[in-house]
Amino acid sequence: MQLSSKKVAGLLSAATCSLLGVPAHAEDDWDVDTAVLYYAESDDRVQAFEPVISATRDLGDDESLSFKLVLDSLTGSSASGAVPSTQVQTFTSPSGRDAYTVAPNETPLDPSFKDTRVSFSMNWEKSVGRNDRRNLGFNISREYDFTSISANALWQHDTNQKNTTWSYGINIEADQIDPVGGAPEPLTDMDDQNKMSGTESRTIVDLLFGVTQVIDRSSLFQINLSLSEADGYMTDPYKILSVVDNTTGLPTDYLFESRPDSRSRQSLYGKYKKMLSNKDIFTASYRFMTDDWGIDSNTFDFSYRFALSRGYYIQPRLRLYQQSKADFYNYFLRTGESPEHASADYRLGEMEATTIGFKFGKDIDEQQAWSLRLELYEQSGDSSPSEAFGQLAQQDLYPTLEAAIVQFNYSFRF
Amino acid sequence: MSLKLQWLLLGTLLAASGCSSLGVKPWERELLAREDMLMDAEALDLAFDEHIYFSKEASSGGQGFAGGGCGCN
Repeated sequence: MQLSSKKVAGLLSAATCSLLGVPAHAEDDWDVDTAVLYYAESDDRVQAFEPVISATRDLGDDESLSFKLVLDSLTGSSASGAVPSTQVQTFTSPSGRDAYTVAPNETPLDPSFKDTRVSFSMNWEKSVGRNDRRNLGFNISREYDFTSISANALWQHDTNQKNTTWSYGINIEADQIDPVGGAPEPLTDMDDQNKMSGTESRTIVDLLFGVTQVIDRSSLFQINLSLSEADGYMTDPYKILSVVDNTTGLPTDYLFESRPDSRSRQSLYGKYKKMLSNKDIFTASYRFMTDDWGIDSNTFDFSYRFALSRGYYIQPRLRLYQQSKADFYNYFLRTGESPEHASADYRLGEMEATTIGFKFGKDIDEQQAWSLRLELYEQSGDSSPSEAFGQLAQQDLYPTLEAAIVQFNYSFRF
Repeated sequence: MSLKLQWLLLGTLLAASGCSSLGVKPWERELLAREDMLMDAEALDLAFDEHIYFSKEASSGGQGFAGGGCGCN
């Protein structure tokens, strides 16, 4: 028998692979997704640049290992929580060493916002028997004032000829917060810079119960119920509130904010996906969330992927979000008011947000794909609330936030 | 258990109980098996979104774990 050189090479490589413990059919063992996100808010507020690489190694026998690395660079100014005033306002920076001034009738922004985050996660997925899969994950995220470690487990069980998948998951997270200049004593005067010693921490336990159901050859839906319990330091150490004069509405003091030391959240999430006969894909999702801070939120998300020729597609998207305010959210405090908890963080206020945009991409072949996503985000609340009085009545107490999201993805297999 | 939570549970169970009559045969899965028909297709987009909206809104999670996320503003 005469062996061609090609056959010999094939045999040799198969033998080498088996010696090294690598599967002989080594094609497409790695699935790599890379992306870069650029996020920019209007009025020189937050800008973020975020590259990500995610790689999944197929180990065979329905087993895989994945790794993900995220870098996140943030700069810009962030709303401090203080109200605008007709007079110049002076604030102490979080470190307690510097001061910054805000011009009359301008929204106070803390200009010292700068952070770099590194996050690494690992995931190990393995089939157990014919109808079960288990997934174990680990994540660590580090910023100079914040460290987060979490571990999660997800069990998935198929029934009904794999048309129904039941998911049960748990995630346990431990966060350590080490604010610049120390964590402030809640509701004390910013000028006093009264800081607590040591670092702060919190733990979060999430439970997830989900069902994914195939409806027919081209559509399916998913329903998830999530419970989340957080305990520990929940306050934002950099946020403040204005205390205003009861007649003029002019700020007289600034207090560090205070939030409850626990939070229970529940959410119900549903997603529906359908491929049409022309290979277009319609996706719709809805989430209802409620928590014991008094916040209820509704999120709708729709996208429609138009399949174009030669692997190209264009996918418009609309996301609508609405939330009620936290019980302890206040635009400001009046002189003499002393609530147990108070925050003027705009993220805890009543608001609505809309994201609109599109994604354009191409599936080059089985091995490669790229896409570009462009979106605009707008968030608005009641900028002239009925409780505004004196000079506050002429101020914008909830400035509209606008942001642009630009993202480029490139995926390949080898 | 809060009343809202009980409604959430009831809704999930009702939806789940209607599942057994739905579905396809194993040889009818060519569309569902496509990568773009996976529920977690576009995983990086979902992760970016989760990060952005966690930083700007009071809600997180739903499709995945809510978590405590970052300390970002």
